[in-house]
Amino acid sequence: MTTFMDPTSERDPGSRQPLPRPTDLSGKTVGLLDISKPRGDVFIDRLEDLLVQKGLKTRRYKKPTFTRVAPVELKQQIAEECDAVIESLAD
Amino acid sequence: MTLIAVVKEECETCRLIVPVLAHLQSALGLEIHAQDNPDFPKSLQVTDDTELKYSWQQRIETVPTLIRLDDAGNELERTFGWDRAAWESMTSEKLDFELPAFRPGCGSMTQDPGMPEKLAARYDMEKLQARQLTIASEEDEMEACFDRGWSDGLPVVPPTPERVMRMLTGTHRDPAEVIGVVPPDLIPCTIEKVAINAVLAGCKPEYLPVVITAVEAALQDEFCMHGLLATTYYSGPMVIVNGPLGRAIGMNSRGNALGQGNRANATIGRALQLVIRNVGGGKPGGVDRSVFGNPGKYTFCFAEDETNSCWESLAVEKGFTGEDSTVTLFAADGLQGIVDQKSREPDSLCRSFAAGLRVAGHPKMVLASDAILVVSPEHERVFRLAGWSKQQVKDQIMELLMIPGEELVRGAGGIAEGLPEQFRDKTLPKFREGGFNIVRAGGSAGMFSAIIAGWGASGSTGSTPVTRRIALT
Repeated sequence: MTTFMDPTSERDPGSRQPLPRPTDLSGKTVGLLDISKPRGDVFIDRLEDLLVQKGLKTRRYKKPTFTRVAPVELKQQIAEECDAVIESLAD
Repeated sequence: MTLIAVVKEECETCRLIVPVLAHLQSALGLEIHAQDNPDFPKSLQVTDDTELKYSWQQRIETVPTLIRLDDAGNELERTFGWDRAAWESMTSEKLDFELPAFRPGCGSMTQDPGMPEKLAARYDMEKLQARQLTIASEEDEMEACFDRGWSDGLPVVPPTPERVMRMLTGTHRDPAEVIGVVPPDLIPCTIEKVAINAVLAGCKPEYLPVVITAVEAALQDEFCMHGLLATTYYSGPMVIVNGPLGRAIGMNSRGNALGQGNRANATIGRALQLVIRNVGGGKPGGVDRSVFGNPGKYTFCFAEDETNSCWESLAVEKGFTGEDSTVTLFAADGLQGIVDQKSREPDSLCRSFAAGLRVAGHPKMVLASDAILVVSPEHERVFRLAGWSKQQVKDQIMELLMIPGEELVRGAGGIAEGLPEQFRDKTLPKFREGGFNIVRAGGSAGMFSAIIAGWGASGSTGSTPVTRRIALT
């Protein structure tokens, strides 16, 4: 364990913060990432229906296997093409 | 009266005087603190100081050290090494043990390399106020700093308590002292926060007084750091160092002075920017709205070359002495070259400089930005041989930059940009009074100089350059 002295104004919490979440999805493109677990597609199909009904754009992605983290190229592609991503775990 | 001796077994002198220590303990109740082996000297009563807490608190630099306290615990005197006369005088005991009269001591373990900052981080942390953040052992230290947003894009040095303590040895000032309010979040900035950011930037402790003064200068109202940060213009704070301190810490004022490769130049300018980013919260995409920025917003810091210059330095022009060390802050854009390899007469060279300076911002832009002309030694030689002072050069260039309004108005030269028509019959100076300055720096070969234009909002509209003396005591 290492200790650092905080170089900032200390206005933010000391722990590492997740990226800010979008407050509104209107006009945004939402990525739907299937991690390749069985029946993940069923779950994502239903999510996509609901999102499209709300007028959102969606894009589908799939990890080659659920046993490993997503390849860097796939993560870069999602980051370039989408404003938000929903990763689905199903079984 | 209390007598205390601090010793270590590894020290030959400490081993030599064991009979003296034994005598003083039995006769006067001498307290013995051992740094390396709590069983040394054997068969005497010894306090274990292998954690070096007592030695650190007593600021022991040499072993053996003999200290005499009064009954209230106040120190009356101390002596270092073995000096029979001094030890006899302090103890009023005859210490005739067939020992030589004098033997120097050894370094205290508190002074071993790397040890002072470790001990400061262990025992002096109450002097610091900054929040301490715990980084999990699995986390990469460098990545942890990036993840927390502390970096300008390049790796930073992780700000461990030991490094911050070592940085603070560079100043006598109280870590808790507030030196100004940092925009845009208007956060009071302590010496301690400056030191932490100087660690991030890669500074040595000896640079810290320069960094502190640069931050103080940036936070003066007339420098207008908030506007400089928020502007869509190219500019950022540039630091020029004058005087002996710049030379003492090895700053580069010669070849590649405005470029990479010198630790002091690189890290002092960077530390200032990191204070604005981390303490003030000023980040690109946030309050920093610059269209382009410029590479100098990572760091832009150099020293004026005052050696063998025929001109008085920028600091002397601003009313300081040549013995003062100063920083001057300037709201600077990038660098524009001005190459003239033919001029051997001052007038010709001034015309080249003026032609280059004319285009700062836009050839039709007047009374908007300031500029600093960095004159190389080979260009300065032209003026030296002709006996021209710096003021003469400045006056001549300002005269050459009195521009007829007909060249400046909208539509002139087929360019829509320009001044309103009402200025057609006026003659206007390119720079405001005092807005054009000259420093001498650069390598010895090459008839090149460098124009550093400034923010398009200068003087009372925006930023005025600030020169401040670096206080070392």
